[in-house]
Amino acid sequence: MCLGIPGEVIELHPEQPDLAKVNVSGVRRMINIGLLSDDPPAPGEWVLIHVGFALSKIDEKEAAAALEFLEGIGQAYEDELAALKESVIE
Amino acid sequence: MSRSWIDEALAESEQSSEGLAAEGRRQLPLADREQQVLDRIDRARRRRPKVREERVTMSHGAGGKATHTLIEAVFLDAFRNPLLEPLEDAAQLAVGGARIALTTDSYVVSPLFFPGGDIGDLAVNGTVNDLAVSGARPVYLSAGFILEEGFGVADLQRVVDSMRAAAEAAGVHVVTGDTKVVQKGKADGCYINTAGVGVIERDITLGVAQARPGDAIVVSGPVGDHGITIMLARGELDIEADLTSDTAPLNGLVAGLLDAVPGVRAMRDATRGGVATILNEIARAADVGVLVNEDEIPVRDEVRGACELLGIDPMYVACEGRLVAVVPDEDADRAVAALRAQPLGEQAAVIGHVRAEQPGIVQLKTAFGGTRIVDLLVGDPLPRIC
Amino acid sequence: MRFVDEFRDADKAHALAAKIAALCEPGRQYKLMEVCGGHTHTIYKHGLEDYLPESVTLVHGPGCPVCVIPMGRVDDAIHLASQPDVIMTSFGDMMRVPGSGGSFFDANAEGTNIKMVYSPLDSLKLARQNPDKQVVFMAIGFETTAPSTAMTMIRAASEGLRNFSVFCNHVTIVPAIKAILDSPDLRLDGFLGPGHVSTVIGCRPYEFIARQYGKPVVVAGFEPLDILQSIYMLMLQLSQGRAEVENQYSRVVPPNGNPVALAAIGETMELRPYFEWRGLGFISHSALQVKEKYAAMDAERVFSVPGVRVADPKACQCGEVLKGVLKPWECKVFGTACTPETPIGTCMVSPEGACAAYYNFGRMNRNRVAEAGTVGTARS
Repeated sequence: MCLGIPGEVIELHPEQPDLAKVNVSGVRRMINIGLLSDDPPAPGEWVLIHVGFALSKIDEKEAAAALEFLEGIGQAYEDELAALKESVIE
Repeated sequence: MSRSWIDEALAESEQSSEGLAAEGRRQLPLADREQQVLDRIDRARRRRPKVREERVTMSHGAGGKATHTLIEAVFLDAFRNPLLEPLEDAAQLAVGGARIALTTDSYVVSPLFFPGGDIGDLAVNGTVNDLAVSGARPVYLSAGFILEEGFGVADLQRVVDSMRAAAEAAGVHVVTGDTKVVQKGKADGCYINTAGVGVIERDITLGVAQARPGDAIVVSGPVGDHGITIMLARGELDIEADLTSDTAPLNGLVAGLLDAVPGVRAMRDATRGGVATILNEIARAADVGVLVNEDEIPVRDEVRGACELLGIDPMYVACEGRLVAVVPDEDADRAVAALRAQPLGEQAAVIGHVRAEQPGIVQLKTAFGGTRIVDLLVGDPLPRIC
Repeated sequence: MRFVDEFRDADKAHALAAKIAALCEPGRQYKLMEVCGGHTHTIYKHGLEDYLPESVTLVHGPGCPVCVIPMGRVDDAIHLASQPDVIMTSFGDMMRVPGSGGSFFDANAEGTNIKMVYSPLDSLKLARQNPDKQVVFMAIGFETTAPSTAMTMIRAASEGLRNFSVFCNHVTIVPAIKAILDSPDLRLDGFLGPGHVSTVIGCRPYEFIARQYGKPVVVAGFEPLDILQSIYMLMLQLSQGRAEVENQYSRVVPPNGNPVALAAIGETMELRPYFEWRGLGFISHSALQVKEKYAAMDAERVFSVPGVRVADPKACQCGEVLKGVLKPWECKVFGTACTPETPIGTCMVSPEGACAAYYNFGRMNRNRVAEAGTVGTARS
């Protein structure tokens, strides 16, 4: 149910519109993009791959927002840690 | 498997836990319920192995729990003798004053030809490696061929040429052999069985049972190359990657290591079952704990990518040209340097340590900071969808 | 690996852990259920429970489509595989699940030809390559996987393939969650919603959990930071007295799901009136079967399956583990009679099963992060 991996679309199949080649960390596989026929992915876009099919596109904006939130939390944490260390010195 | 194995298993576990529960109540400190269950499990794991299946399945060939149980319950039980007991990669024998290592292997890989080599390369290198990691200088090999009716002679020639080249590279000779032909449908084209003999010239005795708390565990390079290459080469997964098998003779690498670190405690050739299996063998044989760091285990990007795609763990994937060594901690840096001095060991690294806590259990500190157990798999790592 | 490594950063994990701890009310216990087996797997694989305070417990839910398949259906699959000239194809997860006479591996040892595939399309390829054989695909999975089966069937139809069929065991997640919510012996504070199912069905189907049952839901991704962030979001809702459906996995989950995928399912499959779930009993409208229009590809119609209901072994407590009532180690046979090598139940054999995850990954005493607001190194 759950194993979905992000992969980058590198090329669309010249003859079969349903197929595209994706790259996952240097490994390449042909997958079926038929489930994204409403808004097919273009080379360079990222998709979520599950059992040989692309289930959804990865929204780069949302991903960036998610990471920003995490960076923010990370930074706030670093700041608190630094403040804690300083207060201990006293 | 019949339904009755469940009843048998239940009866067995009830019997053993009844006696031990009483004992447990006396001996265990006021541990919480969970800890008591974990102790019960630990005792269950140390019970005498028994094969519950009526028939051999593919799991028995994977190098994991099923294989170990089969070996212990059937083969070791029947052939039991002190030379066999250690179940190392080669048997260490004393013959007429000389110390000899003897090993045997069978090669049934499919496909026969794959990126980076073929069954012939595996046959020679695999046998040489089992001897090398036992501290021996490999000298002679036997090669028995089981050929399928209809197998191409040109293909056979290719395999044999690979073996000749591999033998030359490793400095060994094939001195005896055998040929059998079986009917079409058997032997997948070609099976090769080998035996190897080496001379133990150094004054050392290697064995995983010698691992001690504090020892460092070193791996000679990136893991999982061979297993993933084969999986992809079978062509069923439609995955392309620039990966080749890492099959290689390790006797030169081993010699370099032993020259620099005579105090090496043990070495193992990481084949089926991967690095994880060897770590478990160390933990079991020496009754020690093992803690490794995920961050430090070298894995090629493509292997990681393929493993993520399939949902398998690179630690369990076969290698064919990697060794795992247990060395005293103070020698760890020298060991890594000695390995890195040779091309086959260029990504060698310390991946963890042996420790006293939680004997028999291998744990991994994840890149993320949490900890998890790395147990033996029952059979092959299976691609999962979930 | 992009979109993976960034969500596995340990420092951010400590930050999230501190924030989660800070939201714990002293004296209060929190029980959060992760529905999805994939989440259970990540939690154990990365040791995430080490990051949570003692008062926050994760309860493992029934979102493991392999775990919920009753033994009788495994027997049915083996029966199909035993028919002359049949090649059965299955995902790896199913290969060691025990039926009443053994697993697919055991069946192969007895002579069946059950092959492991990575995708239903591989099954189709086999059918094309073996026109004299009947290729059956054992379809399992929630709504995540059903669209792939559906697309494969549509493709098979368009190619006029006559020797391909599907043994459909797809199940739907919402009825299972509802069964959990209605279960009297379980009190949960919130849910980590399934991540990949939601790419297909969207987030709206979970609104009843918030509206009718007053429990917060956060649709969560599968990387460790996704899960920690989702737990944080749940705790935030609880501390603020809110009960809403939020989408932490927004980079992948569109709020309305995937209409093309839903249409493909609708074209080829329909809800069964009821289906037996291991451990949860019969649940109505909780599983899919092949539509009449595609009857020629319905393995249950092309062949006859015995359809015998096989009771779980009496000792097996998978049902309670699946419902989250029991923790794996609380099952009487966990680790002793039931081990990964000799699994009595599916929770132990499925890679996502709570018992397998706990046995293979988590089976040891853990240090827990100190509770309530202390900032500092979470782990020794």
